[in-house]
Amino acid sequence: MKRQIKEGVIRRLFFMIAFVSIAILLLILFFLVKAGVPIFKEVSVIDFIFGKYWYPTASPPDFGILPLILASVFVTLLSAALAVPLGVMTAIYIAEIASPRVKEIAKPAVELLASLPSVVIGFFGMVVVAPFLQETFNLPTGLNLFNASLMLAFMSVPIICTISEDAISSVPPELKEASLALGANRIESIFRVIIPASLSGISTGIILGMARAIGETMVVLMVAGGAAMIPGSLFDPVRPMPATIAAEMAEAPFGSDHYHALFAIGIVLFVFNLLFNSVADYVSHKHRQVGAATL
Amino acid sequence: MSDNQNHTEIVFKKSSLGRNVKEQAFFTLFRGAALINALALLIVIYFLVKNGWSAITWDFLTEAPRESMTKGGIMPCIVGTAYLSFGAIAISMPLGIGSAIYLNEYARQGLMVRLIRFAINNLAGVPSVVFGLFGLAFFVTWMNLDVSIASGALVLGFLSLPLVIGSSEEALRSVPATYREASLGLGATKWQTIYRVVLPAAFPSMITGGILSLSRAAGETAAIMFTAAVYFNTQLPESIFDPVMALPYHIYVLATAGTNIEQTRHLQYGTSLVLIALVLGMNLIAIVYRSRLRKRR
Repeated sequence: MKRQIKEGVIRRLFFMIAFVSIAILLLILFFLVKAGVPIFKEVSVIDFIFGKYWYPTASPPDFGILPLILASVFVTLLSAALAVPLGVMTAIYIAEIASPRVKEIAKPAVELLASLPSVVIGFFGMVVVAPFLQETFNLPTGLNLFNASLMLAFMSVPIICTISEDAISSVPPELKEASLALGANRIESIFRVIIPASLSGISTGIILGMARAIGETMVVLMVAGGAAMIPGSLFDPVRPMPATIAAEMAEAPFGSDHYHALFAIGIVLFVFNLLFNSVADYVSHKHRQVGAATL
Repeated sequence: MSDNQNHTEIVFKKSSLGRNVKEQAFFTLFRGAALINALALLIVIYFLVKNGWSAITWDFLTEAPRESMTKGGIMPCIVGTAYLSFGAIAISMPLGIGSAIYLNEYARQGLMVRLIRFAINNLAGVPSVVFGLFGLAFFVTWMNLDVSIASGALVLGFLSLPLVIGSSEEALRSVPATYREASLGLGATKWQTIYRVVLPAAFPSMITGGILSLSRAAGETAAIMFTAAVYFNTQLPESIFDPVMALPYHIYVLATAGTNIEQTRHLQYGTSLVLIALVLGMNLIAIVYRSRLRKRR
């Protein structure tokens, strides 16, 4: 009897530890809202999100974050355009084509790529890629939307690749065997059978890779150029949301409108992340390939 | 009849040739994509080693910065980063392993578990700068911890929690069910089974997860910008309530702020080289150790 009570207590204890993740997430949301919402006494939510001018230190200040949102969206889309084909193709190579020996090197290489600290990638973009772009394309500055997207692409490739590779590797082998037995060659089996069967996993990887790109801070802080304007070309400097927070928080006096506005940008980023994860969660639960029978 | 058969054979051969060419073309394309990744990694490492190697001297590693950070070394940054990352895993390891035990050993599929997993996935995706904001509002301001090792380690601990949970769960999953059944069959309770049988078996792979989250915390910048790191500090921290210098933040500061950006370029390369040597080194150790564990099984 005593034993049972002890077991019950231990079980509850572990439940409480697991619950900490939920608690932290709620705590983050609570403190963002607490410090961010006061800005909406100064500007309406609509003016904040759709305002075209971000001059937080001018008088009177302008708190419109549309240029920052658009910068984040453009940088993310462009980096996805580069990272999605690269990541998915690498995943297919590792899962289906590479010999076991190559695989043993390629998989850790992708992991190492993922582990590169973002500040180092940002530094690399600043001192190596930016001068190169500036000279090659004869630009006023190499710190721009394109450079940032390129660097972000290399940060999201490992995520897209790892998750897609997991999905591709977990396709039941009898599906592939059936396809090969019907006379399809390997590439036909990959395109007609394996990719359709692992599509939900691949989509999850793509969504999470994009989520990483939109929230990544150091890279866009160091290489995006920092101009809070709606970009007109690929080579314009931009100022995505995370970069704005990181660059301006040190100067914003505690409790000022500027301080609250930066927290409000944090809320927007939090909501973006929540959306991306909800979609990923939905896709991976709804369209999961279970066994061989449901294809 | 035979004529017809010949005809189909020829058609088959032709199309099979085209199909093989197509197959090879795609294989080459995919191989190329994988190669680009490896190249990217090598190029980054190449540039850092080429330009940073000359900066690495014994003095660089053991001295504090001098003359408004244009000369001298990075010792305070190395120490600061060590404090922060070990502080972070001191928080994330117990919480992460505990969560993994609940999810893998106790929980039954249901709404609660799905909610917990959803929260973990979300936590993994929260941008590091948002973690920084949270740390600023919660630890630094509300809890009055100020900009300090304590605030930074707490933020980094929360930030690396999902990583620890993920790797610990994988470690627990790799313990064969027969171990648990044997222990339960001998009359041990669930907790005795976990504590005496499952955890010892899973422990080595949990260490791998610990090393990985240590390296993640060491490389993180945005989360410590407002919570733990300072531009410059000649003194080493005396308690966990002191602020510190940190390697990633030092790189950022040298590369973007101040008037001596060009002059300190070799210091920037040198610091970056030290940081990636630490981070990639830890990752390599973890990867090699993990593959050994897998082979042993």
